[in-house]
Amino acid sequence: MSAKLNTGNTKVMNRFDVTSRLIAKLEHEEAVIGGIGNTNFDLWAAGHRPQNFYMLGSMGLAFPIALGVALAQPDRRVFALEGDGSLLMQLGALSTIASLKPKNLIMIVMDNGIYQITGAQPTPAAGVADIVAIAVGSGLSNSAWAADEEDFERLVETAMSATEPHLIAVRIDDKPGVGTTRRDPVQIRERFMHGLGVREPL
Amino acid sequence: MVIAEGTSPQATQGTGERSWHGIVLQTLKRNEISLVPYVPDRVLTPLITSLHADPFFTTFATAREEEAVGIVSGAWMGGRRGAVLMQTSGFATLANVLASLAVPYQIPLIMFVSERGTLGEFNYGQSLVCRTMRPVLDSLALEHHTITRFDELEFIADRSIKQAVTTQAPVALILNPLLTGGKTFDK
Repeated sequence: MSAKLNTGNTKVMNRFDVTSRLIAKLEHEEAVIGGIGNTNFDLWAAGHRPQNFYMLGSMGLAFPIALGVALAQPDRRVFALEGDGSLLMQLGALSTIASLKPKNLIMIVMDNGIYQITGAQPTPAAGVADIVAIAVGSGLSNSAWAADEEDFERLVETAMSATEPHLIAVRIDDKPGVGTTRRDPVQIRERFMHGLGVREPL
Repeated sequence: MVIAEGTSPQATQGTGERSWHGIVLQTLKRNEISLVPYVPDRVLTPLITSLHADPFFTTFATAREEEAVGIVSGAWMGGRRGAVLMQTSGFATLANVLASLAVPYQIPLIMFVSERGTLGEFNYGQSLVCRTMRPVLDSLALEHHTITRFDELEFIADRSIKQAVTTQAPVALILNPLLTGGKTFDK
């Protein structure tokens, strides 16, 4: 695991638990983009919200999609949940976000160092790379490891009133997601647009 | 016989609004497309420069073309229209995001592709990757137009953008060297 690196005393947490803690803190119809696989499965399992968007492919694009939402609706906080393996596919997106500095974008990386869903193979970063160091090096100075669940909640609260983008990395265990997103892309997109106030339901 | 170099006759027409890039900019603006991420290309440079100079647009470089597709897809769902600028070789990186995001989620992804690999290409790899573009578009039954004539540019671009939005389907507008002059061998 990349968590073996210099990540302090960060506790190994659980994706579903951390996701549920995040959702419980949302009171202003914040948008949440769930990355491919377990990341959006646990977002779904935490309880569907109209402001949730679930990815069914395009691995690595949770942060870019969230950036687009953030640029379209600067008054709404936008969260993106992404796995470490997915993020490795699109590290350049961190610099794009650092360059644009959207004040309403909060990135959360669920780092277990493995491709859990395909058979728990280690990622190329496992044991050698530090996601937070990569983010800081990409220009995202407000990047931090969550030490434990309470620290995660504190970091989320800080990010929710921030004026710059924040990245929170969470060491997680190797458990699969606890639910399965209903795979209806048009319904997902349409509900999300309703949830963001872009369209009215028919 | 004098061998034509550099620009096509059409590409040399005028500057500003009466140039191909001026028409593209005005067509984007008229259709309220204000978010334009891109991966740069030599031919697209005057368009990119004029987009940066116009405060109506939020325009910036991304590290990869699929990143730009993700950004404009998110923006569309948030109620803001976007378009992506790229080169032929960049389009070749998009099959996965087209098939897993833009098409199944019914997102009107508007792509402008500066066409390299034909009409005077000097890099064999560019000419090969160009041949993959239309088969990929056709394999997903995506709308695409190759724009070769200045007098057809505004009609094709404006109508195609409106069709993409109303049918919630992607469109690729391929800017051919006959329109832009293309890129020719650097001495």
